[in-house]
Amino acid sequence: MTEHFPILVVGAGPAGIAAAVSAAEAGSRVALIDDNPEPGGQIWRAERNQPGPDVTHGGNAAHWRNRLAAASVTRLQGWSVFDQPEPMTLRAEREGRAADFSADRIILATGARERFLPFPGWTLPNIMGVGALQAMVKSGLPIRGKRVVIAGSGPLLLAVAHTLHAAGANVVAIAEQAPLSSLAAFTASLATSPSKLVQGLRYKAATLGVPFHTGSWPLRAHGTDRVTSVVLSLKGRAKEIPCDYLAVGFHLVPNIELPAMLGCRIEDGFDADFVAVDDLQHTSIPGIFCAGEPTGIAGLEASLLEGEIAGLTAAGRTLKAQHLVPRKRAASRFAARLARAFSLRPELKSIPQDNTIVCRCEDVTLGVLRPHPTWRAAKLHTRCGMGPCQGRICGAATSFLLDWNPSSVRPPMLPTLVSSLTSTEVSR
Amino acid sequence: MNQHSSPTSTATQPIHLTLDGQPITVEPGSTVAVAIAIAGRTCRTSITGEPRGPLCAMGICFECRATINGIAHRRTCQVVCEPGMDIVTQ
Repeated sequence: MTEHFPILVVGAGPAGIAAAVSAAEAGSRVALIDDNPEPGGQIWRAERNQPGPDVTHGGNAAHWRNRLAAASVTRLQGWSVFDQPEPMTLRAEREGRAADFSADRIILATGARERFLPFPGWTLPNIMGVGALQAMVKSGLPIRGKRVVIAGSGPLLLAVAHTLHAAGANVVAIAEQAPLSSLAAFTASLATSPSKLVQGLRYKAATLGVPFHTGSWPLRAHGTDRVTSVVLSLKGRAKEIPCDYLAVGFHLVPNIELPAMLGCRIEDGFDADFVAVDDLQHTSIPGIFCAGEPTGIAGLEASLLEGEIAGLTAAGRTLKAQHLVPRKRAASRFAARLARAFSLRPELKSIPQDNTIVCRCEDVTLGVLRPHPTWRAAKLHTRCGMGPCQGRICGAATSFLLDWNPSSVRPPMLPTLVSSLTSTEVSR
Repeated sequence: MNQHSSPTSTATQPIHLTLDGQPITVEPGSTVAVAIAIAGRTCRTSITGEPRGPLCAMGICFECRATINGIAHRRTCQVVCEPGMDIVTQ
């Protein structure tokens, strides 16, 4: 069975919501497909037992939630897109059922994921991403009184420290790998982006009392069946800190797998590949747009603007979309400064040891990977990147550690039931 | 055509389900990944025998996968608990 929509938006985070709402308000019939139970993506992820998107942390979330509620948008939550059986048709799976969705225009708003870098002990349970721990807490994980260490890099560290602190967690330390000098230069440059400056200060104030270490990173984690402590390098001095949870992520990488599978042109970025788009968010494939973090990590404001521009353009409101382009460009300049401020320092490459697992799906260690010249050779000989995540986690790690380029994306993009590959008889 | 699929947003009663054959109870709206964590379990055992729990909590890493109602490899971080669910860790 194939269901047709003039405009199909993939991903219900801020960019996808802005795209779907803008197109629907312009009079188009729009569907919004997303693999989570509720809309909101990661930054506006719904709180447990509440409809998404989450508006409790202020900003413009409530504005967009209200517009989404009022707009005539067909919402397809819980569907994972995994294939393109023919051009402009996406095949998706939900709870073991498959369906095809075709469209005249497709807007890809697939967001970003955290970058994970391996260190000894990082596969222990209760070590997870920074956004991941926040997501688990929003999904009902009890965190009150738990000792949490937050490490890695990027603005997410302070933001999540703020929300975990508010939820009653005992945030014992924050370790940011970037040196203070980079962050100071970045903060000074924020004078041109006042709303972001205020946002940053608010988080900082709320987490007052939690040690915030710059130039610091995790060296190893200890525990048997779950993490019990982490050894941090604090400006060169090793210190072991007991903890119940270690939240660790090194900024974000764009989710480019679906755009790449559809053939959209991908470009090399400052520290990660991104989807090439023009001012109006057209990709290299006619009829396919991309908005938000997949076009380069630029944060919430840029994602909303790109979503609006893509939605309006897809709905034929090109002039209205063009008015937003200057604001989008300003937001993108912020993104470039952000990437430089939090760029990964080379010392992080020497943290994993030869017996440290890099590919968690297939338990392939760094020592086994080292002799191989390329990602492709390593895949063929070690099964690195061949497991269920298909290299989404270890690909970013080996790109940084070994300068490998993870290669092409082929369908199915995700582990999928054989019945879904062959049949879409069961309608949604 | 406007359909808002929020099966959980009105539930207020605790949810009863089965985890590895044992009855457990969670607050409504909890994900299966959270239910497994609250029960003190881990989601899966890696191919070299390590216990694993969620890493990304957003459907990317597959570390939280488990069998739900007979369907293997479900990403438990993206599945909200429903009454009577049968969860088997891998």
